[in-house]
Amino acid sequence: MNWLANIGASTIERVVMFGRATLMLFGALVAKPQPLKMLPLTIKQLYVVGVQSLLIIVVSGLFIGMVMALQGYTILVGYGAEGSLGPMVALSLLRELGPVVTALLFAGRAGSALTAEIGLMKATEQLSSLEMMAVDPLRRVIAPRLWAGVISMPMLAIIFSAVGIIGGHLVGVDWLGVDEGSYWSIMQATVEWDKDVMNGVIKSIVFAFVITWIATFKGYDSIPTSEGISKATTETVVFSSLAVLGLDFILTALMFGIE
Amino acid sequence: MKSRKAELLVGLFVVLTIAAGLILALKVANQSISSSADTYTLYAKFDNIGGLKARSAVKVGGVTVGRVDSITLDNEDFTPIVAMSISKEFQKFPETSSVAILTSGLLGEQYIGFQPGFAIDGIENLVDGNYIQDTKSALVLEDLIGQFLFGNND
Repeated sequence: MNWLANIGASTIERVVMFGRATLMLFGALVAKPQPLKMLPLTIKQLYVVGVQSLLIIVVSGLFIGMVMALQGYTILVGYGAEGSLGPMVALSLLRELGPVVTALLFAGRAGSALTAEIGLMKATEQLSSLEMMAVDPLRRVIAPRLWAGVISMPMLAIIFSAVGIIGGHLVGVDWLGVDEGSYWSIMQATVEWDKDVMNGVIKSIVFAFVITWIATFKGYDSIPTSEGISKATTETVVFSSLAVLGLDFILTALMFGIE
Repeated sequence: MKSRKAELLVGLFVVLTIAAGLILALKVANQSISSSADTYTLYAKFDNIGGLKARSAVKVGGVTVGRVDSITLDNEDFTPIVAMSISKEFQKFPETSSVAILTSGLLGEQYIGFQPGFAIDGIENLVDGNYIQDTKSALVLEDLIGQFLFGNND
Protein backbone atom coordinates (compact mmCIF):
# COMPACT_ATOMS: atom_id res chain seq x y z
CA MET A 1 0.00 0.00 0.00
CA ASN A 2 3.00 2.25 0.46
CA TRP A 3 3.57 2.76 -3.25
CA LEU A 4 -0.05 3.76 -3.71
CA ALA A 5 0.33 6.39 -1.01
CA ASN A 6 3.52 7.59 -2.72
CA ILE A 7 1.72 8.06 -6.02
CA GLY A 8 -1.02 9.96 -4.21
CA ALA A 9 1.43 12.13 -2.33
CA SER A 10 3.40 13.09 -5.42
CA THR A 11 0.19 13.84 -7.34
CA ILE A 12 -1.09 16.06 -4.56
CA GLU A 13 2.28 17.79 -4.38
CA ARG A 14 2.19 18.52 -8.11
CA VAL A 15 -1.35 19.84 -8.01
CA VAL A 16 -0.53 22.04 -5.02
CA MET A 17 2.56 23.34 -6.81
CA PHE A 18 0.48 24.16 -9.89
CA GLY A 19 -1.98 25.95 -7.64
CA ARG A 20 0.81 28.01 -6.06
CA ALA A 21 2.12 28.85 -9.54
CA THR A 22 -1.33 30.01 -10.65
CA LEU A 23 -1.76 32.07 -7.48
CA MET A 24 1.59 33.72 -8.11
CA LEU A 25 0.56 34.50 -11.70
CA PHE A 26 -2.69 36.07 -10.57
CA GLY A 27 -1.00 38.02 -7.80
CA ALA A 28 1.49 39.40 -10.30
CA LEU A 29 -0.80 40.19 -13.21
CA VAL A 30 -4.31 40.78 -11.90
CA ALA A 31 -4.22 44.12 -10.16
CA LYS A 32 -4.89 47.78 -10.72
CA PRO A 33 -2.60 48.84 -13.58
CA GLN A 34 0.08 51.32 -12.55
CA PRO A 35 1.80 52.22 -15.82
CA LEU A 36 3.92 54.98 -14.33
CA LYS A 37 5.53 52.64 -11.85
CA MET A 38 5.57 49.55 -14.00
CA LEU A 39 6.88 50.96 -17.27
CA PRO A 40 10.43 51.86 -16.15
CA LEU A 41 10.77 48.53 -14.35
CA THR A 42 9.55 46.62 -17.40
CA ILE A 43 11.88 48.53 -19.72
CA LYS A 44 14.81 47.69 -17.47
CA GLN A 45 13.81 44.02 -17.60
CA LEU A 46 13.32 44.21 -21.37
CA TYR A 47 16.95 45.30 -21.51
CA VAL A 48 18.11 42.43 -19.29
CA VAL A 49 15.92 39.73 -20.80
CA GLY A 50 15.61 40.86 -24.40
CA VAL A 51 18.53 43.00 -25.47
CA GLN A 52 21.13 40.88 -23.73
CA SER A 53 19.79 37.75 -25.47
CA LEU A 54 20.06 39.45 -28.86
CA LEU A 55 23.62 38.36 -29.66
CA ILE A 56 23.09 34.64 -29.13
CA ILE A 57 19.80 34.77 -31.06
CA VAL A 58 21.29 36.58 -34.05
CA VAL A 59 24.38 34.37 -34.20
CA SER A 60 22.45 31.10 -33.91
CA GLY A 61 19.81 32.31 -36.37
CA LEU A 62 22.47 33.15 -38.92
CA PHE A 63 24.23 29.81 -38.55
CA ILE A 64 21.05 27.73 -38.55
CA GLY A 65 19.92 29.45 -41.74
CA MET A 66 23.32 28.86 -43.33
CA VAL A 67 23.46 25.20 -42.34
CA MET A 68 19.91 24.60 -43.57
CA ALA A 69 20.72 26.14 -46.93
CA LEU A 70 23.82 23.95 -47.21
CA GLN A 71 22.00 20.75 -46.23
CA GLY A 72 18.93 21.53 -48.30
CA TYR A 73 21.00 22.39 -51.35
CA THR A 74 22.84 19.06 -51.40
CA ILE A 75 19.50 17.20 -51.31
CA LEU A 76 17.48 19.46 -53.64
CA VAL A 77 20.19 19.73 -56.30
CA GLY A 78 19.81 15.99 -56.93
CA TYR A 79 16.28 16.63 -58.16
CA GLY A 80 17.21 19.79 -60.01
CA ALA A 81 14.92 21.61 -57.59
CA GLU A 82 17.44 23.90 -55.91
CA GLY A 83 15.11 26.80 -56.70
CA SER A 84 12.93 25.52 -53.87
CA LEU A 85 15.70 26.26 -51.38
CA GLY A 86 14.12 29.60 -50.49
CA PRO A 87 10.71 28.28 -49.39
CA MET A 88 12.35 25.34 -47.62
CA VAL A 89 14.55 27.59 -45.50
CA ALA A 90 11.80 30.18 -44.94
CA LEU A 91 9.02 27.76 -44.04
CA SER A 92 11.07 25.65 -41.65
CA LEU A 93 12.36 28.80 -39.95
CA LEU A 94 9.02 30.57 -39.71
CA ARG A 95 6.93 27.59 -38.69
CA GLU A 96 9.24 25.58 -36.46
CA LEU A 97 12.84 26.54 -35.92
CA GLY A 98 12.28 30.23 -35.28
CA PRO A 99 9.86 29.83 -32.36
CA VAL A 100 11.30 26.58 -30.97
CA VAL A 101 15.04 27.24 -31.11
CA THR A 102 14.50 30.79 -29.85
CA ALA A 103 12.45 29.39 -26.98
CA LEU A 104 15.11 26.83 -26.06
CA LEU A 105 17.89 29.42 -26.21
CA PHE A 106 15.73 31.88 -24.31
CA ALA A 107 15.09 29.31 -21.57
CA GLY A 108 18.80 28.71 -21.22
CA ARG A 109 19.93 32.32 -21.53
CA ALA A 110 17.19 34.36 -19.85
CA GLY A 111 15.01 31.84 -17.98
CA SER A 112 17.83 30.45 -15.89
CA ALA A 113 19.03 33.96 -15.07
CA LEU A 114 15.53 34.99 -13.96
CA THR A 115 15.24 31.98 -11.65
CA ALA A 116 18.67 32.48 -10.14
CA GLU A 117 18.08 36.20 -9.59
CA ILE A 118 14.69 35.80 -7.93
CA GLY A 119 15.90 32.78 -5.94
CA LEU A 120 18.85 34.75 -4.61
CA MET A 121 16.55 37.66 -3.75
CA LYS A 122 14.52 35.19 -1.72
CA ALA A 123 17.57 33.61 -0.08
CA THR A 124 18.98 36.99 0.94
CA GLU A 125 15.52 37.96 2.21
CA GLN A 126 15.15 40.89 -0.17
CA LEU A 127 11.62 39.73 -1.01
CA SER A 128 10.70 39.67 2.67
CA SER A 129 12.23 43.13 3.13
CA LEU A 130 10.03 44.43 0.31
CA GLU A 131 7.01 43.00 2.06
CA MET A 132 8.13 44.65 5.32
CA MET A 133 8.08 47.97 3.48
CA ALA A 134 4.55 47.24 2.26
CA VAL A 135 5.72 46.71 -1.33
CA ASP A 136 4.20 43.68 -2.97
CA PRO A 137 7.15 41.66 -4.36
CA LEU A 138 4.84 39.99 -6.87
CA ARG A 139 3.99 43.36 -8.38
CA ARG A 140 7.40 44.91 -7.96
CA VAL A 141 9.69 42.00 -8.88
CA ILE A 142 7.75 39.26 -10.66
CA ALA A 143 5.32 41.22 -12.86
CA PRO A 144 7.91 43.29 -14.81
CA ARG A 145 9.94 40.17 -15.50
CA LEU A 146 6.88 38.28 -16.72
CA TRP A 147 5.87 41.10 -19.04
CA ALA A 148 9.40 41.57 -20.29
CA GLY A 149 9.68 37.88 -21.14
CA VAL A 150 6.33 37.68 -22.89
CA ILE A 151 7.07 40.81 -24.92
CA SER A 152 10.68 40.16 -25.83
CA MET A 153 10.64 36.50 -26.87
CA PRO A 154 8.32 36.88 -29.88
CA MET A 155 10.48 39.81 -30.95
CA LEU A 156 13.56 37.63 -30.67
CA ALA A 157 11.83 34.88 -32.68
CA ILE A 158 10.98 37.31 -35.50
CA ILE A 159 14.59 38.51 -35.58
CA PHE A 160 15.79 34.90 -35.53
CA SER A 161 13.69 33.96 -38.57
CA ALA A 162 14.65 37.04 -40.56
CA VAL A 163 18.35 36.60 -39.83
CA GLY A 164 18.10 32.87 -40.66
CA ILE A 165 16.56 33.62 -44.06
CA ILE A 166 19.34 36.10 -44.74
CA GLY A 167 21.85 33.42 -43.68
CA GLY A 168 20.24 30.98 -46.09
CA HIS A 169 20.56 33.61 -48.82
CA LEU A 170 24.21 34.07 -47.93
CA VAL A 171 25.04 30.40 -48.41
CA GLY A 172 22.46 29.41 -51.04
CA VAL A 173 22.69 32.37 -53.39
CA ASP A 174 26.03 34.03 -52.74
CA TRP A 175 28.06 30.89 -52.25
CA LEU A 176 26.34 27.92 -53.92
CA GLY A 177 24.88 29.91 -56.82
CA VAL A 178 21.13 29.34 -56.52
CA ASP A 179 19.35 31.90 -58.68
CA GLU A 180 18.59 34.93 -56.52
CA GLY A 181 15.27 35.61 -58.28
CA SER A 182 13.92 32.13 -57.67
CA TYR A 183 15.14 32.13 -54.06
CA TRP A 184 12.95 35.14 -53.26
CA SER A 185 10.08 34.68 -55.72
CA ILE A 186 9.26 31.04 -54.94
CA MET A 187 9.55 31.93 -51.25
CA GLN A 188 7.08 34.78 -51.74
CA ALA A 189 4.71 32.53 -53.66
CA THR A 190 4.78 29.88 -50.93
CA VAL A 191 4.93 31.75 -47.63
CA GLU A 192 1.63 33.14 -46.42
CA TRP A 193 1.51 35.98 -43.94
CA ASP A 194 -1.31 34.83 -41.70
CA LYS A 195 -0.77 31.10 -41.98
CA ASP A 196 3.00 30.87 -41.69
CA VAL A 197 4.35 34.08 -40.17
CA MET A 198 1.50 34.78 -37.76
CA ASN A 199 1.21 31.18 -36.57
CA GLY A 200 4.91 31.25 -35.78
CA VAL A 201 4.43 34.45 -33.78
CA ILE A 202 1.48 32.93 -31.89
CA LYS A 203 3.62 29.91 -31.09
CA SER A 204 6.41 32.06 -29.72
CA ILE A 205 3.98 34.09 -27.58
CA VAL A 206 2.73 30.85 -26.00
CA PHE A 207 6.29 29.61 -25.45
CA ALA A 208 7.33 32.96 -23.98
CA PHE A 209 4.48 32.90 -21.52
CA VAL A 210 5.22 29.33 -20.41
CA ILE A 211 8.98 29.88 -20.08
CA THR A 212 8.79 33.10 -18.09
CA TRP A 213 6.04 31.69 -15.91
CA ILE A 214 8.11 28.60 -15.10
CA ALA A 215 11.27 30.67 -14.59
CA THR A 216 9.75 33.25 -12.27
CA PHE A 217 7.77 30.67 -10.33
CA LYS A 218 10.77 28.38 -9.84
CA GLY A 219 12.74 31.31 -8.49
CA TYR A 220 9.91 32.55 -6.30
CA ASP A 221 9.18 29.06 -5.01
CA SER A 222 12.81 27.92 -4.58
CA ILE A 223 14.21 26.66 -1.30
CA PRO A 224 16.27 29.65 -0.12
CA THR A 225 19.62 27.91 0.06
CA SER A 226 22.47 27.74 -2.43
CA GLU A 227 21.51 24.15 -3.19
CA GLY A 228 17.86 25.04 -3.62
CA ILE A 229 18.67 27.83 -6.07
CA SER A 230 20.88 25.58 -8.15
CA LYS A 231 18.11 22.95 -8.22
CA ALA A 232 15.51 25.56 -9.18
CA THR A 233 17.70 26.89 -12.00
CA THR A 234 18.22 23.40 -13.41
CA GLU A 235 14.52 22.66 -13.18
CA THR A 236 13.68 25.88 -15.02
CA VAL A 237 15.79 24.92 -18.01
CA VAL A 238 14.63 21.27 -18.04
CA PHE A 239 10.94 21.95 -17.46
CA SER A 240 10.64 24.83 -19.87
CA SER A 241 12.52 22.99 -22.63
CA LEU A 242 10.25 19.97 -22.23
CA ALA A 243 7.15 22.17 -22.07
CA VAL A 244 8.22 23.98 -25.25
CA LEU A 245 8.79 20.77 -27.17
CA GLY A 246 5.53 19.21 -26.01
CA LEU A 247 3.48 22.35 -26.63
CA ASP A 248 5.10 22.76 -30.02
CA PHE A 249 3.74 19.41 -31.14
CA ILE A 250 0.23 20.26 -29.93
CA LEU A 251 0.27 23.72 -31.50
CA THR A 252 1.66 22.40 -34.78
CA ALA A 253 -1.04 19.72 -34.90
CA LEU A 254 -3.69 22.37 -34.29
CA MET A 255 -2.28 24.90 -36.78
CA PHE A 256 -0.90 22.86 -39.65
CA GLY A 257 -2.43 19.44 -39.03
CA ILE A 258 -5.67 18.47 -40.68
CA GLU A 259 -7.48 21.06 -42.73
CA MET B 1 22.58 57.43 -17.01
CA LYS B 2 22.43 53.67 -16.66
CA SER B 3 18.69 53.53 -17.25
CA ARG B 4 19.01 55.96 -20.18
CA LYS B 5 21.38 53.49 -21.85
CA ALA B 6 18.96 50.64 -21.16
CA GLU B 7 16.12 52.62 -22.70
CA LEU B 8 18.21 53.38 -25.77
CA LEU B 9 19.12 49.76 -26.26
CA VAL B 10 15.52 48.60 -25.76
CA GLY B 11 14.54 51.15 -28.39
CA LEU B 12 17.13 49.66 -30.72
CA PHE B 13 15.73 46.21 -29.98
CA VAL B 14 12.23 47.35 -30.93
CA VAL B 15 13.48 48.98 -34.16
CA LEU B 16 15.36 45.79 -35.03
CA THR B 17 12.23 43.73 -34.49
CA ILE B 18 10.17 46.02 -36.69
CA ALA B 19 12.84 45.80 -39.39
CA ALA B 20 12.83 42.00 -39.17
CA GLY B 21 9.03 41.96 -39.27
CA LEU B 22 9.09 44.18 -42.36
CA ILE B 23 11.56 41.83 -44.05
CA LEU B 24 9.23 38.94 -43.31
CA ALA B 25 6.17 40.85 -44.52
CA LEU B 26 7.51 42.42 -47.70
CA LYS B 27 10.38 40.23 -48.78
CA VAL B 28 9.28 36.79 -47.57
CA ALA B 29 5.50 36.70 -47.45
CA ASN B 30 4.95 39.40 -50.13
CA GLN B 31 1.77 40.92 -48.81
CA SER B 32 0.11 42.18 -51.95
CA ILE B 33 -2.71 40.22 -53.59
CA SER B 34 -4.37 38.96 -50.44
CA SER B 35 -7.08 41.16 -49.04
CA SER B 36 -10.49 40.03 -50.21
CA ALA B 37 -11.73 43.59 -50.69
CA ASP B 38 -10.15 44.18 -54.09
CA THR B 39 -10.92 40.88 -55.78
CA TYR B 40 -13.90 39.41 -57.57
CA THR B 41 -14.89 35.78 -57.96
CA LEU B 42 -15.24 33.71 -61.11
CA TYR B 43 -16.28 30.07 -61.27
CA ALA B 44 -15.32 27.24 -63.58
CA LYS B 45 -16.38 23.59 -63.83
CA PHE B 46 -13.79 21.00 -64.65
CA ASP B 47 -14.10 17.27 -65.29
CA ASN B 48 -10.93 16.59 -63.33
CA ILE B 49 -8.88 19.05 -61.33
CA GLY B 50 -5.86 16.78 -60.82
CA GLY B 51 -3.64 18.19 -58.08
CA LEU B 52 -5.08 21.70 -57.99
CA LYS B 53 -5.43 23.12 -54.48
CA ALA B 54 -6.91 26.15 -52.83
CA ARG B 55 -4.41 29.08 -53.03
CA SER B 56 -3.03 27.80 -56.35
CA ALA B 57 -2.20 30.60 -58.76
CA VAL B 58 -4.38 31.80 -61.64
CA LYS B 59 -2.13 33.04 -64.43
CA VAL B 60 -2.61 34.91 -67.68
CA GLY B 61 0.39 34.30 -69.88
CA GLY B 62 2.49 33.51 -66.82
CA VAL B 63 1.44 36.58 -64.82
CA THR B 64 -0.41 35.81 -61.60
CA VAL B 65 -3.76 37.63 -61.60
CA GLY B 66 -5.46 35.76 -58.76
CA ARG B 67 -5.71 32.65 -56.67
CA VAL B 68 -7.98 29.65 -56.35
CA ASP B 69 -10.39 30.44 -53.55
CA SER B 70 -12.11 27.12 -52.96
CA ILE B 71 -12.80 23.82 -54.66
CA THR B 72 -16.16 22.15 -54.16
CA LEU B 73 -18.11 19.34 -55.78
CA ASP B 74 -21.40 20.07 -57.57
CA ASN B 75 -24.01 17.85 -55.96
CA GLU B 76 -26.11 17.60 -59.15
CA ASP B 77 -23.66 16.37 -61.77
CA PHE B 78 -20.67 15.53 -59.55
CA THR B 79 -18.14 17.77 -61.24
CA PRO B 80 -15.70 19.94 -59.30
CA ILE B 81 -16.41 23.66 -59.15
CA VAL B 82 -13.37 25.89 -58.76
CA ALA B 83 -13.90 29.39 -57.37
CA MET B 84 -11.17 31.85 -58.34
CA SER B 85 -10.67 35.25 -56.78
CA ILE B 86 -9.22 37.57 -59.41
CA SER B 87 -7.66 40.92 -58.59
CA LYS B 88 -9.87 43.90 -59.50
CA GLU B 89 -6.95 45.34 -61.45
CA PHE B 90 -7.78 42.86 -64.22
CA GLN B 91 -11.47 43.22 -65.04
CA LYS B 92 -12.02 43.25 -68.76
CA PHE B 93 -11.86 39.56 -69.57
CA PRO B 94 -14.39 38.70 -72.32
CA GLU B 95 -16.97 35.95 -71.86
CA THR B 96 -15.21 33.81 -74.45
CA SER B 97 -12.18 33.35 -72.19
CA SER B 98 -11.08 29.83 -71.39
CA VAL B 99 -9.28 28.24 -68.46
CA ALA B 100 -7.06 25.15 -68.30
CA ILE B 101 -5.29 23.38 -65.48
CA LEU B 102 -1.58 23.39 -66.27
CA THR B 103 1.55 22.20 -64.53
CA SER B 104 4.64 24.34 -64.04
CA GLY B 105 7.55 22.15 -65.06
CA LEU B 106 7.53 18.38 -65.03
CA LEU B 107 7.07 17.95 -61.29
CA GLY B 108 5.94 21.45 -60.38
CA GLU B 109 2.70 22.48 -58.78
CA GLN B 110 -0.49 22.91 -60.78
CA TYR B 111 -2.04 26.25 -61.58
CA ILE B 112 -4.89 27.61 -63.66
CA GLY B 113 -3.91 29.01 -67.03
CA PHE B 114 -6.37 31.72 -67.99
CA GLN B 115 -6.65 32.39 -71.73
CA PRO B 116 -8.52 35.61 -72.45
CA GLY B 117 -10.85 35.31 -75.44
CA PHE B 118 -11.42 37.77 -78.26
CA ALA B 119 -13.46 40.83 -77.48
CA ILE B 120 -15.85 41.14 -80.38
CA ASP B 121 -19.00 43.29 -80.42
CA GLY B 122 -21.85 41.67 -78.55
CA ILE B 123 -19.53 39.71 -76.25
CA GLU B 124 -19.78 40.90 -72.68
CA ASN B 125 -17.06 40.98 -70.05
CA LEU B 126 -16.91 38.48 -67.19
CA VAL B 127 -18.23 39.92 -63.93
CA ASP B 128 -18.35 38.75 -60.34
CA GLY B 129 -20.06 35.36 -59.97
CA ASN B 130 -19.91 34.35 -63.67
CA TYR B 131 -19.11 30.82 -64.78
CA ILE B 132 -16.41 30.33 -67.40
CA GLN B 133 -17.80 27.86 -69.93
CA ASP B 134 -14.73 26.82 -71.86
CA THR B 135 -12.56 24.70 -69.53
CA LYS B 136 -9.85 22.14 -70.05
CA SER B 137 -9.17 19.56 -67.35
CA ALA B 138 -5.89 18.58 -65.81
CA LEU B 139 -3.76 16.03 -67.62
CA VAL B 140 -3.65 12.92 -65.49
CA LEU B 141 -0.38 11.13 -66.08
CA GLU B 142 -1.84 7.66 -65.52
CA ASP B 143 -4.47 8.20 -68.23
CA LEU B 144 -1.80 9.33 -70.66
CA ILE B 145 0.35 6.28 -69.95
CA GLY B 146 -2.73 4.06 -70.31
CA GLN B 147 -3.56 5.56 -73.70
CA PHE B 148 0.03 5.14 -74.81
CA LEU B 149 0.31 1.52 -73.63
CA PHE B 150 -2.96 0.30 -75.07
CA GLY B 151 -2.58 2.17 -78.33
CA ASN B 152 -5.84 4.05 -78.06
CA ASN B 153 -5.48 5.94 -81.32
CA ASP B 154 -8.71 7.87 -81.47
